[in-house]
Amino acid sequence: MIADTIIMVCLGIGLLFNALGVLGILRFPDVYTRLHAETKTTTFGTIFISLAVIVYGAARVMEGETGTYLTLSVHTFVALLALAFTNATGAHAIARAAHRSGQVPKPAVVDRLQEVRE
Amino acid sequence: MTEVWFVAVAVLGALIVLTLVRLLIGPTAPDRVVALDTVNTLTVASMIVLSVAYEQTVFVDVAIVYALLSFVGTLYIAKYLGGEISA
Amino acid sequence: MIAFLVTALFAYLVYLVLTAGSGTIGLWSQAELIAGGGISLVVAAISRKFFCRTGEYRMANPLRWVLLVAYAAVPFFIEMARANIDVAYRVITGKIRPGIVKLSTGLETDLGVLLLANSITLTPGTLTVGVDEETNDLYVHMINIGMGTETKESFEPDDVFALFQFPEWIRRIAE
Repeated sequence: MIADTIIMVCLGIGLLFNALGVLGILRFPDVYTRLHAETKTTTFGTIFISLAVIVYGAARVMEGETGTYLTLSVHTFVALLALAFTNATGAHAIARAAHRSGQVPKPAVVDRLQEVRE
Repeated sequence: MTEVWFVAVAVLGALIVLTLVRLLIGPTAPDRVVALDTVNTLTVASMIVLSVAYEQTVFVDVAIVYALLSFVGTLYIAKYLGGEISA
Repeated sequence: MIAFLVTALFAYLVYLVLTAGSGTIGLWSQAELIAGGGISLVVAAISRKFFCRTGEYRMANPLRWVLLVAYAAVPFFIEMARANIDVAYRVITGKIRPGIVKLSTGLETDLGVLLLANSITLTPGTLTVGVDEETNDLYVHMINIGMGTETKESFEPDDVFALFQFPEWIRRIAE
């Protein structure tokens, strides 16, 4: 019963932050600020959705059902690690590519990287 | 309890459709890549939730491979946009 | 030879994690244990040159992995939660004052810079855009630069991380 509550809370938090991330992508003015919204919130939201699944699998294992539910939890954890590492690195690559292809952060109060390039 | 997971998948699907709006209107190529990356992350999340909804552990394995391959795809597009690979 | 053994051991551990719950010897079946051994040897033969490219074996020390897990579970997770609340606030109100600043890190190894860059990307108001490969300085896009601070030539980590000393943690993990 407690497990059900934890699952609901985790899923709720995950979906809420994913929704905020998508809203940020639609609302923010330039590619860098959109990346802020995308990386942080969707990674966090997906981590919480994965946590809900892990808790579900763990609760089933506690009830005495072994085998597939243990595999479910462990594999979801591996997916979570893969996602957390690759998302941040991917965002870094996109930001670098955007700057190299000549996208100026706009609006911006200062751009040290552009000063170095010139 | 199972309905909860299907509701979550429905919400994630709606979010993916909203992100596709940004993919369509752009305005520049990096903006589209950001949207594509978001779609990939949300797809991984949906796969994980669907694996519980349908009680198929194999779906999570697909999600792991999808996460890693979409990362390689994003890196490749980013390298191309940055002018380090010529098509 | 060391590279081969380290890669094989790592591949075998990953295989064991992915097949946990398959049988009765511990959590694994006999077939999985033997097959995993064979596959990890093949993987090590192919990929040892990529996996141990730098020729340093610091990360083979298990204590560093324990520290990495502790780092990810407590300070990093708290900062990440703060980051998300911060971004949520800015998504709703639209109050932003963005710009790209230089951040001197003082880290030396590639792995340390990678960890710090990824941590920066997932913590409040900051996103790594570029790395100066000679001095290991990072160029960071900040979503909300404090009034008046944009004239500073280069930022210190203290200006960015309010609650925890990330570079200190990363130095203990990776250097």
